[in-house]
Amino acid sequence: MAFAAGLVIVAGVAIGAWTRKAPEPVSQVPQQPSEVVLSISGESGARPRYAVPDFITRGGDAETLEAARLMGSVLWDDLAFEREFYMVPRDTYRTIPAARSFTEIAFDRWRELGADGLVIGSVERTGPNTYRVEVRLYDVKSRRSVSAREYTGSASNPRLYAHTAADDIHQQQRALRGAARSRLTFSSDRDGERVANAVSPRDVKEIYISDYDGANQRRVTVTRKLNIMPRWSPDARAIAYTSYRRDFPDIYISLIYEGTLENPTKGRGQNWLPAWSPDGARICFTSTRDGNSELYVMDRDGSNLTRLTNNPAIDTTPTWSPSGTQIAFVSDRNGSPQIFIIDADGLNLRRITSESWCDRPTWSPAPFNEIAYASRTGPGYDIRIYDLATQERRQLTSGEGSNESPAYAPNGRHLAFMSTRTGRKQIFVMGRDGQDVRQITTVGNNYTPDWSK
Amino acid sequence: MRIQSVSSAALMGLVVASLALGGCPSKKPPVARPLPPPAPATTPTPPPAPAPSGAIQESPVVASPSIPEDPMAARSVDDLNRDSPLRAAFFEYDSAELTAEARAALDANAATLKKYRTWAVTIEGHCDERGTAEYNLALGERRAAAAHAYVVSLGVTADRLKTVSYGKEFPFDPGHDEAAYAKNRRAQFVITAK
Repeated sequence: MAFAAGLVIVAGVAIGAWTRKAPEPVSQVPQQPSEVVLSISGESGARPRYAVPDFITRGGDAETLEAARLMGSVLWDDLAFEREFYMVPRDTYRTIPAARSFTEIAFDRWRELGADGLVIGSVERTGPNTYRVEVRLYDVKSRRSVSAREYTGSASNPRLYAHTAADDIHQQQRALRGAARSRLTFSSDRDGERVANAVSPRDVKEIYISDYDGANQRRVTVTRKLNIMPRWSPDARAIAYTSYRRDFPDIYISLIYEGTLENPTKGRGQNWLPAWSPDGARICFTSTRDGNSELYVMDRDGSNLTRLTNNPAIDTTPTWSPSGTQIAFVSDRNGSPQIFIIDADGLNLRRITSESWCDRPTWSPAPFNEIAYASRTGPGYDIRIYDLATQERRQLTSGEGSNESPAYAPNGRHLAFMSTRTGRKQIFVMGRDGQDVRQITTVGNNYTPDWSK
Repeated sequence: MRIQSVSSAALMGLVVASLALGGCPSKKPPVARPLPPPAPATTPTPPPAPAPSGAIQESPVVASPSIPEDPMAARSVDDLNRDSPLRAAFFEYDSAELTAEARAALDANAATLKKYRTWAVTIEGHCDERGTAEYNLALGERRAAAAHAYVVSLGVTADRLKTVSYGKEFPFDPGHDEAAYAKNRRAQFVITAK
């Protein structure tokens, strides 16, 4: 074998417009002990420098050529996103002859460019709508492949091959769960439609989804009504949200692969802001069914309803702890809206903020133990994080427009949020240190993001 | 409800008639009592003989050219909402307390709703854009509930009223200054049936 020292894993990927499955190994080279991982290191403790040129095509048609370029570009972006590697800019590769196969790689030239790791991929069309993609990671110094994986699937979404390869490289090289295959959901008025039969001109908002990097933005609801505050189910197959499709707020669940709709609250009172329990079995939400804004918990199908709060003040905007044993929420029981934590049985209430106005608490996934929220800092809001262990708080944004509605990436290393920094309301993502801000949406106004688990 | 709406046309005609003839609008439904016939000079044909006591006599009253039509009765629900006889109640920042002005608007709305007893109304709670979208759903509902409780206390039956919070999703004025905010912090009455 050309890459005798490397791991060889053959994986199949089912890729389609509406299917996203984790790659399942269809066969494995039997002698590979999975514990042995050759890790590429950088010079004297610096982050390793990675290069990702365009993928190789074998007798490619125009579509395959474009897919090969796109996969290289997307994989570079995916690897840059986690900031575990220094990514050598792609516009510096031009002088290096492109590899035509895995056996003709100009390692000395990549070495001159300072690359420690080199990702070479190939795309081969295997049918009218199928690709076979192979991705190898080389240690440039030793010229050895430290990992090689093969993916097969649909040709309709080349980006998914790159995302899967990026997640595999992060897992193998850094034991890190990458976010490349995670997705966002948000509410948008981009269609410019107006609510039907409204008393005054009122903009429709519909639920959208996109890849984590903003690609593949798709509309989920088609109601010509208000649909807001979507939340991914933990298995990322469903989105719960607040919809005015019957002209009052109620909780609906769209199963995006089946194309079906559930309405667990069944119009009993006004219901909004659903939040999934970590196991996806229950939903905490706000309702005024008993006359005041209180928190309730129900099973996903609407059964086993229990009331969690009982206070004449507003109690709203719940979020579950990763263990499912606690719920953080917003209450104005002491005056302005502040963030409180309560045990999932409704006991042991405590307050964690004393600021001007706080909303949309979002509990981080483990291993972080913190709550992000929007805090009024002037005319607008900024994203802050409260560390539950140290009880310290830090601010991630600093007054560039208003910054609201934070949501954690599944690995806890990034947050999506809404910001007005470029004028209209748009979705952005940033690192949990507030750096590396990226704009996800540009069309219309876009609100209240959530990140799949 | 259906029975109510059938009798309403007759009731409204009687209320209008009594107004036009100089009477006070009665608080009680004027059923089973024949009205005085209109003056003979204004009618080309003599009125029919009075109906037996206990029957409602309405055709001469409606036919009389001297009695103006109630403009509300002729308008569709959409037309009514476009230039609504029901006023919005406005609120202070992050508050659902009814101010004196809000009470005055709701007093007028309650009188209108008691006059037009078949109207069904949704009271919408709205907020200005300064609060967060999530919390404002609850704040808007609190405003709608405050307006609802007040008009019910004035005798409007609760089964004609619904409340819906729209948070800050549907501002009345898209501006970003206090003048716009003041218009957007409101309980808005929308007629849904008549």
